[in-house]
Amino acid sequence: MSHVHKDSVGAKLGMWLFLFTELILFGGLFILYSVYLARYPQQFSSGGRQLDVVFGTTNTVVLLTSSLFAAMSVTAMKRGERRATLALLCGTLVCAATFLVIKYLEWSAKFHHGIYPNSPKLVAGAPGESVFFGLYYLTTGLHGIHVFVGGALITWVALLVQKGAINVDDNVSLENVTLYWHLVDLVWIFIFPLYYLIL
Amino acid sequence: MTKDGAEHILSYGKLATVWMVLLLLTAATVMITRVEFGAGKVWAALAIASIKSGLVIAFFMHMKYEPRLFRVLLFVALFTLAAFIGLTFFDVLYR
Repeated sequence: MSHVHKDSVGAKLGMWLFLFTELILFGGLFILYSVYLARYPQQFSSGGRQLDVVFGTTNTVVLLTSSLFAAMSVTAMKRGERRATLALLCGTLVCAATFLVIKYLEWSAKFHHGIYPNSPKLVAGAPGESVFFGLYYLTTGLHGIHVFVGGALITWVALLVQKGAINVDDNVSLENVTLYWHLVDLVWIFIFPLYYLIL
Repeated sequence: MTKDGAEHILSYGKLATVWMVLLLLTAATVMITRVEFGAGKVWAALAIASIKSGLVIAFFMHMKYEPRLFRVLLFVALFTLAAFIGLTFFDVLYR
């Protein structure tokens, strides 16, 4: 039995404070979105209709499922089920990879149609449309980076679980990494209706 | 070594139930927004997204079982964001 004092409540509180800054970061992008939506409603509408609802919905289901696996991995660890924890973290990683592959296909299709930041097509087109796709690439790109970082962190905690450094008595790092992962899911919960559905 | 109280562990069943509700709400929001009823669908989609995030925060992120301080700080963060949104639109809409 180790006698190192671990303050897991303090660690989680610190993680939440960090997540609040992430909330404000993405919140800023959503404010930009809504201000420009109010200014260019028609062009936002025609831009939004070019996004693929099937890709968007699939990715929503993939991320919700990944979040379920992440939450279950915490339950498994606290019950001392190490192998189940590892399996669930692998499930989360598979979902993260699936999300990024779908995102890649989606962006490739847009690039193929000449829609990317500063593309001749957008430069020649209506201003609202290039604002829409600029925000689309910025928001989903920043979110994509978060998915990538989240995947890296999940891999890191999975290795610590494997080594036994995260165990039934000391698992706040696992909890904090899953909190980050859920934030990635939360942001997508708003990106999905705003960009894919309401326009 | 003292344990800080009995730690609350969410069961697999409860987590799976939350996941099912989240999937149902996703289906609902896709269906609602396929129907044309103007600005109504925007508010409906945002309301459903808010309910979904509430579920994720309360259960997946364990907020329901954390000390009260966590919820107070969450409220402060959301209030700050709401103030940003409100003040921005107060400016943009009345120019």
